[in-house]
Parts: sequence; C-alpha cells; structure tokens
Amino acid sequence: MRIGKVLGVGLVIVALIAGAAVTSVTAAQRSKMIQIKGSDTMVNLVQIMAEEFMAKNPNIPIAVLGGGSGTGIVGLINKTCDVANHSREIKKSEYEQMAAQNITPREFIIAVDGLSVIVNSKNPVKTLTMADVGAIYRGDIKNWKDVGGPDKAISLYGRQSNSGTYVFMQEFVLGNKNYSSEMKEMNGNAQIIEGVIKDEAGIGYVGVGYLFDASGKVRSDLKIVEINKEKGAPAFSPLDKKAVDSGDYPIARPLYQSTAGKPSPDVAKFLQFVTGPEGQKIVEKEGFFTIGSGHKAQNDKNLK
Amino acid sequence: MNPRILRNLRESAIRAFFFANGVLAVIALLGIFGILLYTAVPAFREIPIDEFLFKKNWDPTSPEKVEYGILSQIVSTLLVTFGALLLAVPIGVGVAAYLSDVAHWRVREIIKPIVEILAGIPSVVVGFLGIVLFSPVLASLFGTSHGLNALNGSVLLAIMALPTIISISEDSLNAVPAAYSEASLALGATRWQTLLRVKIPAALSGIMAACMLGMGRAIGETMTVLMATGNARAFPTGLLQSVRTMTANIAIELGEVPYFTTHYYSLFAVGLVLFIMTFAVNLAADVILNKYQEREQ
Repeated sequence: MRIGKVLGVGLVIVALIAGAAVTSVTAAQRSKMIQIKGSDTMVNLVQIMAEEFMAKNPNIPIAVLGGGSGTGIVGLINKTCDVANHSREIKKSEYEQMAAQNITPREFIIAVDGLSVIVNSKNPVKTLTMADVGAIYRGDIKNWKDVGGPDKAISLYGRQSNSGTYVFMQEFVLGNKNYSSEMKEMNGNAQIIEGVIKDEAGIGYVGVGYLFDASGKVRSDLKIVEINKEKGAPAFSPLDKKAVDSGDYPIARPLYQSTAGKPSPDVAKFLQFVTGPEGQKIVEKEGFFTIGSGHKAQNDKNLK
Repeated sequence: MNPRILRNLRESAIRAFFFANGVLAVIALLGIFGILLYTAVPAFREIPIDEFLFKKNWDPTSPEKVEYGILSQIVSTLLVTFGALLLAVPIGVGVAAYLSDVAHWRVREIIKPIVEILAGIPSVVVGFLGIVLFSPVLASLFGTSHGLNALNGSVLLAIMALPTIISISEDSLNAVPAAYSEASLALGATRWQTLLRVKIPAALSGIMAACMLGMGRAIGETMTVLMATGNARAFPTGLLQSVRTMTANIAIELGEVPYFTTHYYSLFAVGLVLFIMTFAVNLAADVILNKYQEREQ
C-alpha cells in the first residue's frame, strides 16, 4: 500500500516537472516555429514528414495545419504561414495578390497525388477512359458490357467520405458529382483490394503504394487498368513512372509546397528532407506517387 | 466513542455507498440521453425533421446537393436485425429446449460454458470472419459477385445474439414448475408433446424477452456490420444488397466530421433515433420479463 502511494506521488511529481519543461520549451521556440498550412489532402503526409524531420532536427519545430489549399496560399500572402501546402496550381488572381505584396512564390513539387483503378484479374477490360471511370462511379454506366467487358453488373468499391482519396476521386474524376449510392464504402485501401480480388465484377481505386506486395513486387492477383484521356488515345498505367511524371497518366496531380520567395535556411532544410529520399519514402508509404527527376531539378533550382 | 453509534454510522455509510452506486446508473443513462438530445437538436434547425426521417438519401459531403435523409439507414438496420432474428430465434430456442429438457447433464455442462464463451468474442473478430469466411460462401451460394451484403450482417448478428437468446430462454424453461411437466407426463403425453405444448407455452414470455434482448444487441452492434455489409448508401431492396446501418454510418463519419456543423449534429440525431429504438426494444423486453416473473410468484 505505502509503496504504491509513494510511487504514485513520485509519478505525479515527475509528470508535473516534465510537463512544465515541455511547455517552457514550446513557449521559447514558438516564435521561430515553421508554420505550414493548407491542403487537407496533404496534411497527414506533411505531418508525418514533419514528425520524422523533427526527430532528427529537434531544434527546428514545425506546426502543420489543414484548412484547404486556398487557406494555405492566402496564408502565404498574409504572412501567417511560412509554407503553403496546395494540391492545385496557384490561381492567376492569387499571383496578382502576391505581386501586389512583392511576393514571388517558389513552388516545390513534393509528391504526386494519383490513383490506380483496379479490377478483378478475370475481367477482360484492359483500358478505360477517364470519362468511363467517372461515369462508372457516378452510376451512369452500370454494366461491364458498356465498356467492352462481359454482361455483368458493375460492383463498385470505394473509400468512405472521410477519406482524402474519396474527395480527390470525386473532384478530379467524377467532375464534382455524387458517387453512386450503390458504391460499397470500404474502410481502407487494403479492404478495397481484398474486395476486388474476390469480386469478378468489382472495380476499385487505391493509392499506387498499395499495388505492391510485401516483397515489393506488383500484386499478381488483381489487374491494374490502363487509363487514357479519351477513346482511342494512348492509355497509360500508373506503374509507368514516366507517364505519371509527364502527366500522361490522367488520374494524377502534383502536390505543391510553396514559400514566399527564397526559403529560410530552416525551411530549406525541411524541403530538402521532404523532396529527398527519406521524404519520398514516406510519400510512397502514404499511398502517393513519388516525384520524378524533372521535378527534382526544378525543386533544387528553387532552393537556391 | 460509543461502539454502537460507531456501528450505526458505519451501517448508514455503507447503505449510502450502495445507494449512490444504484443512482449512478440512472444518472449515467439520463446524462447520455441529455447530451444526445442537446447535441442532436441543433441539427433540426437546418434539416426539417420529416425530411430527416423520411427521405432516402444521405450525402452530407455531396458537392451537388447536401442531403440528410436516414430512411435507408433505418430500413437497413431493421432489415439486418430481423434477418438476424429469423436465424437466431429458432436456433436459440431449439438449443435452449435441448439444454433444459433433452441433453444429458454432462453434455449440458459442456455446452453451456461454450455458449457463454461465444458471447465474449469481440465483435471485430466476428466481422473479420464475415469478410474472409462468410462473404465468399454467401457469394457462391447465392450466385452474387460478392458477399458484402445485408444477409452477411444478419448471419453474423445472429451468431452474436445467440448466447443471449439461449441462456435467458433456458433459464425461463428451467423456471417452469416441475409440477407442470409431471402432470403432463402423468396424463400420458410424450416428452416431445410436454415440451412443445406445456413447457414452451409456459415459458413463452421469458423466451420472448430473450429474443427482444437479443434484438437489442443486434440493433446496436456496429463493428460487425461496418465490416461485413458493404456500407452502400442505396435504399435496400433485399437481403442480397449492400446496406449501411445507422451504427455503421455514425462510426464511419463521426471520426472526421468538422465539429459543430450541421453534419456533426445530424450524426448525433441519428444516434438519438437509434437510442430511442433500442430503448423501446429493451423496455418492451423488461415489461414482458416482469410480467412473467410476477406470474411465477
């Protein structure tokens, strides 16, 4: 009893001291904390990167906030953040606002957001157009025979509305229209893959990072659909790194981090980490595409 | 101090302690209901209540038109629940009758604990079985392309409701006075006739209460249906459709919803409707059970 009590009191005291130490450190460092704000698609990715970066550079604290791409870019203009995350290009009106404040933004492409469309390995359909995929998920095309497959009702697999992938697909492929209410909403990429492997009429969308098995090889039990921009145009696979980098693979968009002018040494150090091999490993793990050599060269130029 | 006063003081302290414990459960229930009501009501500032209850479409994040209709979810919940009862009640009552009247006591000693262990299986494990085991079996059995549908949910919920149904039904069958069956047997009825025409009717209210409690368990179950039923938002047209129950909907959306928005409040409103449904079922079970116990005394 008594030992327990002493131990308990000791623990409380230790916790109090530790708490005080932590708060005093953050208070002192808040002024030079790197503020990152913007895209909700990117907030988790950048958060993880910031955590790993801070584990190695404890003297450079970073705070990451969401709010949307627009919020981040406005933050850059209002000087409420050091780095803006944005999953779309900077608009002309935003460039003009920046010019009025004498800001020349520097854009860094840190990852590519993209999706691979998968079907059951027994499905003969090899390619789909961007419009087909949109129509299938809106529920406008309901049978595989309408896109060159067997006479079978299409069985839709998708993510749940709280997932960024769900929103990306809705914005980018469905043209901001509703998903079909018949879509089965799965808990994660792995569940979609599990469903499509077992379902001959199934179709699903997942981040490219999930197409590989534990040994790093492309999974053989599902079929990755090639996508073309319109009927007759050349179709590309999301595994084709060159097509993704050049933008020929249509379901992909670059993810940016921008700074107002030349990044400070601390910010530059973080950007180097993000665009370097360690950061890109996280990109892949989180289900995004990694950046290509063209982007890398551009990023390096922007750092100087 | 006078030892008698001390003892009286201790007695009343103990009594107060146990009274406080009893009151605590009531406070918890009222508190939950109050918070649910308080967080659900703001939803109806923006959603007309009849639209909420009787519209089929639920799509709070739609870029086209935001809709808050939970009819599909209510029907899905009832569909999965009644499907489960359809499977669980005959099996459950059958097992209970077997255990109380037919089984040798040694067999009973083995089966009863097994049934009780069944109640302890975590719902996420049952849901996992639904995905990897029942889903492909149901798909090939019914010729559908996949098995993530209402039927899968029903089968799993039946498994989860069985222990409740079996143990309470068995208790009520055992509580039937021995004189009833002795009289029946003495009049020349067979054991089968005695069980079917005397014991089960005598224990009927207890069996019904058991089924209601099993139903209460099934309606509120979340993880299992979330994993096994596919969660499609469409209005269900049969047991082979993918459905989304009220519990699954709350679990899916509450994690990432922006706080203090209509969407957030509306999820609590779904919870409130669900709470009222389970409350009604449990209350009915309680009333039936009470009536039955009164008659026994």
